[in-house]
Amino acid sequence: MKKKSKILLCAAVLVCLALLWLLQALLVPKYMTRSKEGALIGEYYANAGGNDVIFIGDCEVYENFSPITLWEQYGITSYIRGSAQQTIWQSYYLMEETFRYETPRVMVFNVLSMKYDTPQSTGSSEQREAYNRMTLDTMRWSSAKWNAIQASMTQEERSWEGEFSYLFPLLRYHSRWSQLEKEDFQYLLHRDVVSDNGYLMQTGVKPYTTPHAERPLVDYTFGENSYAYLDKMVQLCESYGTQLVLIKAPSLYPTWWEQWDAQIQDYADAHNLLYLNLLEYQEEIGLDWSADTYDTGLHLNVYGAEKLSAFFGKILSEQCGVPDHRGDAQISALWQNKADTYYARKEAMEAQTTN
Amino acid sequence: MQIVSVSFLLFAALLLIAYYLIPRKGQWLLLLAASYLFYLWAGVEYLAFILFTTLTTYGATMLMDRNLRKQAGFLAENKESLTREQRKSYKAGVKKTNRVFLVLCLVMNFTILGLCKACLVDPLRTAAGSGTFSFLTLGLPLGISFYMFQSMGYVVDVYRETAKAERNPLKIALFVSFFPQLVQGPISKFGQLAPQLYAPHPFDGRQVSFGLQRMLWGYFKKLVIADRIAAAVIALRAPEYTGVSFLVLTVFYAVQIYGDFTGGIDVTVGLAQALGITMPENFIRPYFSKNIAEYWRRWHISLGEWMKDYIFYPISVSQPMLKLSKSARKKLGNFGKRLPVYVASVATWFVTGIWHGLTPNFVVWGMLNCFVIVVSEELSPLYERFHNRFHLKEKRWYGGFEILRMFLLMNLIRACDLFPHVGNYFVRLGSLFTTFNFHILWDGTLMKLGLTGLDYGILAGGCALMLAVSLVQEKKGNVRELLQGSTALRYCLIFLLLVIVLLMGSYGIGYNASSFIYTGF
Repeated sequence: MKKKSKILLCAAVLVCLALLWLLQALLVPKYMTRSKEGALIGEYYANAGGNDVIFIGDCEVYENFSPITLWEQYGITSYIRGSAQQTIWQSYYLMEETFRYETPRVMVFNVLSMKYDTPQSTGSSEQREAYNRMTLDTMRWSSAKWNAIQASMTQEERSWEGEFSYLFPLLRYHSRWSQLEKEDFQYLLHRDVVSDNGYLMQTGVKPYTTPHAERPLVDYTFGENSYAYLDKMVQLCESYGTQLVLIKAPSLYPTWWEQWDAQIQDYADAHNLLYLNLLEYQEEIGLDWSADTYDTGLHLNVYGAEKLSAFFGKILSEQCGVPDHRGDAQISALWQNKADTYYARKEAMEAQTTN
Repeated sequence: MQIVSVSFLLFAALLLIAYYLIPRKGQWLLLLAASYLFYLWAGVEYLAFILFTTLTTYGATMLMDRNLRKQAGFLAENKESLTREQRKSYKAGVKKTNRVFLVLCLVMNFTILGLCKACLVDPLRTAAGSGTFSFLTLGLPLGISFYMFQSMGYVVDVYRETAKAERNPLKIALFVSFFPQLVQGPISKFGQLAPQLYAPHPFDGRQVSFGLQRMLWGYFKKLVIADRIAAAVIALRAPEYTGVSFLVLTVFYAVQIYGDFTGGIDVTVGLAQALGITMPENFIRPYFSKNIAEYWRRWHISLGEWMKDYIFYPISVSQPMLKLSKSARKKLGNFGKRLPVYVASVATWFVTGIWHGLTPNFVVWGMLNCFVIVVSEELSPLYERFHNRFHLKEKRWYGGFEILRMFLLMNLIRACDLFPHVGNYFVRLGSLFTTFNFHILWDGTLMKLGLTGLDYGILAGGCALMLAVSLVQEKKGNVRELLQGSTALRYCLIFLLLVIVLLMGSYGIGYNASSFIYTGF
């Protein structure tokens, strides 16, 4: 092959790869105006490092805790690595990935996901796959991502094609070309920041009025797989000298059964972990279910999240020894910027809610 | 491993890299290892089948070869002392012994093939499901019809002394299992394929590039066209679709099977080409055929040639046929002269039918083809007079009419594939003469077949592209060769095709990409 032909071929391959990358960027869902939860995991990388506390878990963390409140009241630097219906195995691999970027003093894990023992147990395969995508698609390539993919795939996805479609999302979203919207072109090469250090703000109010009845379960025992991942979390945090704190956020439903609570308490006692069932501290937190939830008790709105964070920050400071960084000018300046963005967002959303 | 899968593409990519990096004398061993890995991927339980065919092929050809070498030695040693009759008689003895090995090998292998095919027939599967004989619950081993026909062709060639027996069992194992052709052929001849498999192949950028381009074109036909239209073909098999709907079904199925089969062959031949191996063409734009004989010279060529070489000719020149020819000529004149050919045709089409499947519809399909061929042959003098009388052969429109006529006729016959219960097929066929529901073409019926307007648009564009490429190939030859002069245009077209396959291909979650239709044969 002549030198000129080789150069031409290499250039053609590079251009081809660049165009395919662009095509992929165009076709993947952007999660900018709808299902914003899908953008949360990817936002972490710009904020990685310097966080003393990392929250890991499902919507019960990313909608219930406000890092800005923790900063303003206790000088605690924190980030929430939450995503919609995050499973315990995803939480574990996100934890593992987080340790590549920073070593927080405290890792807070919301234990609701213990109830799901396998990918199949979390709902229909379509629904599971959609949630998997929202957690895994924006994770950066790493062994943690690969392992998270392996652990998360439903039976229907389990194939080389399925695995590769997580690494090269173009293979999954290829048929979206006929459903592209303005958002897909607008956010082709950049994304807006939708969260405040992982907190997805809600300003609406939809009071809790009547209890959500749930059928009692036949078996309340958490599965082996869930325990195995909880064990791995304990070992991982120990190996980095990070304190693992287990919490159950004060969401009123899905029901957090007494039997589940007892099992987690036993586990925490056996492993010398701090476990807080925050449902038991509603009065101390000061939650008002007629004003602090935007969806009748499933999640807190920003007012509830600020109350809960104010309460939980005290525990982090006093019981876990998380330091106050407000005296550090550099950190303060950084967090002041974050707070400004937070309040601007809050104001804009409140204005929208009122209208 | 489906050849339409990421795993296959990775497998092929790794193989290609390793193939051109290792010492050339080891290339064939790498191909053997890759072929067995490919086969094992389909299921370890099927390994016994391909090993059995390999061992019996090797054993039979070695035994025949030993006898032939013994014969050559004996005849050379006694060149002077033996009379012509004695030599002839010695040769006949050896031939007879070799025939025993040949027949044993053929019977053993075809019995297994027959049993495997029988397993796919409903009553036997049901029995198998009830636990009567559990081995029947196995599916059809990957490529069994293809590798078995290819191997048995080689055994016959050695018996006929038109091919030299290969003494290295590993080389025979590669000839039997060469993986690109395992899925849907083509059925290669030993003399054509084997020397290429064992020869060293230096890296040839042009061949590799052409091979990969052909694979891409194959994926386009399979993923963008065949798998997209598959949903409508399945829907149209429902009993309520009669009359014009049935006609639509035959056209859709023609598109599906063409895209599926030629697409798969393009992937196969393209990969082999990238490995430096030239495989025989299996399709030469069959839908441009003007008569059925031409159609079968253009469609699934390797199967047709196998049938011709190993079924049709042996029967038509056999002693009973020669006798039949002699006596029939006396009683029936010219028709009697052609009678043995027709008898051989019936046998050939019967075997071709059951090669596709042991259900009655395939036998009927074979017989319908045979019927049209025989009738065409008998009516050919009449046609010729008619054509000459009106000078039709010189008119372009008449050529177009002949192509359209053949396309519709073959579609009607091919649709028999779709109805295992032959009665259903004939009911639909009959409805063409009783149900004139042309309104289904515009009343929204077509939108209820699992395809959207966009799907129809993509299919129309895809078919137009296939037609355009076929026209260029028919008139000017290889499209890739033609584009060689214009590098920028070539790269743009390749990239465009890649994007079309990636975006419009029916693959991944949300699609039920069909297996290659011919994988089942």
